Amino acid sequence: MRRLMLGHTTEFTLFAVMIVLCVALSFATDRFFTISNAFDVLNVSAVNIIFAVGLLVVLISGGIDISFAVAASVVQYVTALAIAYLGGGNWAEGFIIAGAVGIGLGLINAALVYKLQIISIVATISTFNIFFGLLMFFTKGVSIYDLPEWLTTRVVFYEREMSDGSWLELTLPVVVMILCCIATWFMMSRTTIGRQLYAFGDNPEGARRFGINIGAMHYISFGWLGLMAGIGGLMQAHYAEEVVPNALYGRELDVLAATVLGGARLGGGKGSVIGCVLGVLMVSITQNGLNLMGVSPFAFKMIVGAIILIAITLSSARIDKLLPFFAKGKIEKGQAQKREAH
Amino acid sequence: MMSAEPLLSLKNIKITFGGVRALKGVSFEVNPGEVHCLAGENGCGKSTLIKIITGVYKPEDGAEFSFDGQPITAMTPSMAQSLGIQVIWQDLALFGEMTVAENIGFQYAVSGKYGLVDKRAMEKAAEKALARLGVSLDLHLPLKELPIAQRQIVAIARALVGEARLVFMDEPTASLTQSETDYLIEIVRNLSASGVAVVFVSHRLAEVLEISDRMTVLRDGALVGVFPVEGMTQSRVTELMTGRNFDSAVIAADHDDQPVVLSVKNLSRANEFDNISFDLRRGETLGVTGLLGAGRTELALTLFGMRRPHSGEIVLDGETVHFGSNREAIRAGVAYLSEDRLSLGLNQPQSIADNLVMASLDRILSGGLISPPKKENVVAHWISALGVKIGKPEDPIRTLSGGNQQRVAIAKWLAIGPKILILDAPTVGVDVGARAGIFEIVRKLAAEGLSIILISDEPPEVYFNADRIIHMAEGRIKATYDPRQMSLTDLEGKVYA
Repeated sequence: MRRLMLGHTTEFTLFAVMIVLCVALSFATDRFFTISNAFDVLNVSAVNIIFAVGLLVVLISGGIDISFAVAASVVQYVTALAIAYLGGGNWAEGFIIAGAVGIGLGLINAALVYKLQIISIVATISTFNIFFGLLMFFTKGVSIYDLPEWLTTRVVFYEREMSDGSWLELTLPVVVMILCCIATWFMMSRTTIGRQLYAFGDNPEGARRFGINIGAMHYISFGWLGLMAGIGGLMQAHYAEEVVPNALYGRELDVLAATVLGGARLGGGKGSVIGCVLGVLMVSITQNGLNLMGVSPFAFKMIVGAIILIAITLSSARIDKLLPFFAKGKIEKGQAQKREAH
Repeated sequence: MMSAEPLLSLKNIKITFGGVRALKGVSFEVNPGEVHCLAGENGCGKSTLIKIITGVYKPEDGAEFSFDGQPITAMTPSMAQSLGIQVIWQDLALFGEMTVAENIGFQYAVSGKYGLVDKRAMEKAAEKALARLGVSLDLHLPLKELPIAQRQIVAIARALVGEARLVFMDEPTASLTQSETDYLIEIVRNLSASGVAVVFVSHRLAEVLEISDRMTVLRDGALVGVFPVEGMTQSRVTELMTGRNFDSAVIAADHDDQPVVLSVKNLSRANEFDNISFDLRRGETLGVTGLLGAGRTELALTLFGMRRPHSGEIVLDGETVHFGSNREAIRAGVAYLSEDRLSLGLNQPQSIADNLVMASLDRILSGGLISPPKKENVVAHWISALGVKIGKPEDPIRTLSGGNQQRVAIAKWLAIGPKILILDAPTVGVDVGARAGIFEIVRKLAAEGLSIILISDEPPEVYFNADRIIHMAEGRIKATYDPRQMSLTDLEGKVYA
């Protein structure tokens, strides 16, 4: 257990902070601590979590991407138009088109970073502007409201009326989000590709000397984020029941902050899916709690920013330095090994 | 242990980079299970040779290459791996965030059935490799939690997972303390006894002589010769490597007639050093030695104002000083050349000139702005005074050799006109010939009246270059020695005791 905690200090710190926050919020408002509210938070966070696990893969491999949220908007538009062209379409076609377009946009970023050797933050700030500029130019800022019915109808996998009259719902975006999390977790921790992505982000030169295909690392990480951006974009269109060109504009920084909050390191080699999920949930819970408390929405950004700052300070200050008994255990362990080694 | 047939045999290896012939027809042989030293100064072609053997570079036509009796026409990195040729690079090429098991068994993350990682097989292989080295480490600990010596072990274990038959170790002891080095030497002996041939590349001649059976010496890309190590002395090896003869003699002299520049009284910092007192006179070189972790660097950083003492006094030129930061220390005339020159002491992509004036910008101002002619003068003066070999002052400093970089780092501090110069491990990563050059400068500066504190964990360095030696152990001054009244062996015995 201690080993588990030492390996995942950020996740545990975040989890602890989240529990404290939840307890505080349930005292502050009686609506917060209900199962239906928990599902609300999950439904609201689903799209951001899908984006976040995609971004996580890029961060772990040592890159960064600013363009994925507007790429998702591009995906929404292209998918909506393609479906209309195909004469209605269905969920399977929707996922295939959205996923393919998303991967394509991700591969553009990968090519810029790998082939042209442009630093990923610069490359993706450029594509962020290009994607968004093209989108606004061709759509003239006009939204699409007449989406096919299958796309805008809520898909509920499980629902139940609670005793207080509220509804508990498990909707499609949440199920898709869970599948995306499992797929990302499986790829990153069980497959050779995932471990190579970690190694490449950790020590690129070391990875190169091991004969890891560096080009593949770039295409896989940005491609995966593209896929997640595509799926996330489709889910957002489904959730909002419309396609608005600037609906996702600015989302990239929220997701990036939440992902870093969840323990992913800018610079690569570190991060986990569970941390990522906790990071996004933490921000959502804060917003949800503030909402229920009747705090002015104009204060949200400020308070969320402060919470992120506090949580990141706590997790980078290292739990073992804050809690003396962890530090003690670790030093003793280290010395014992040193003795063994000598 | 040795069979008639060499494991690796290279003949007539030539390679040219940008018109410069880096290897001029070198031959190299390693026998099965032997410990072979590849010796030579920086730039003599050692790394190039290793890269040819591992297939990174291709030699020119006419080369003969065979491994285990089989002729090899075109070596590739993956072929070298499959033949069991492994290199442990100086920077280890490990993954800090990954566990010990994953670092050792990383091969399993490169190739796996259906693209999946077989964690159990990976851990088993890691365990087996560590057992073969006779070491036990916590397989699940993240690598970054391990001290550097144990990371070295992880790197060696990783080579063994690949069924190594020939292991190259590039400067494996550069960042190890003496006891860790001893331990590494033990491991190398075990490897050699189990039939793995080890090629050792090191600047530390003492350990090379202790560990190797034979040595191949290169100089300027040409083979000097292959020698049995038995009966070899350090000065003979140095002579072979550099083609010059360095006479070492004790230079210690009395400075009692000189004024005291720095007086340290009962200086202490909790958990770092305790009750340190000494005087440093004008023109005197004080050697500070002791094992890594003895508190030497911590003491130096305190004298340099980067840490505050918890108790005790620092008296500079008769005045008690309380440095709040190293800026104040620099202004008072204390210069500190850091241990980690490459990352902390110099700004690698910047030019030689910019690095040189980095600490003395206030001296080259004219009306609040940097004056180019003043800067040029300062740069030209120190480059010629210290004999730094450069192309243009505008070249990035990373284009210089280790020894020349070190000279620029010293010049940077001399440009502030210091009273005291603290040199912390000034020869780490600098080869034999360049070391002699650096100590020549140190002696010259002392003769000109500069007071110097020379910190080194290599007893010979302080023995031959200091007037007095302070031996630190566990944060305390254990003893003060006069090099004239003891032999080097005595000093080494006391330090390593």
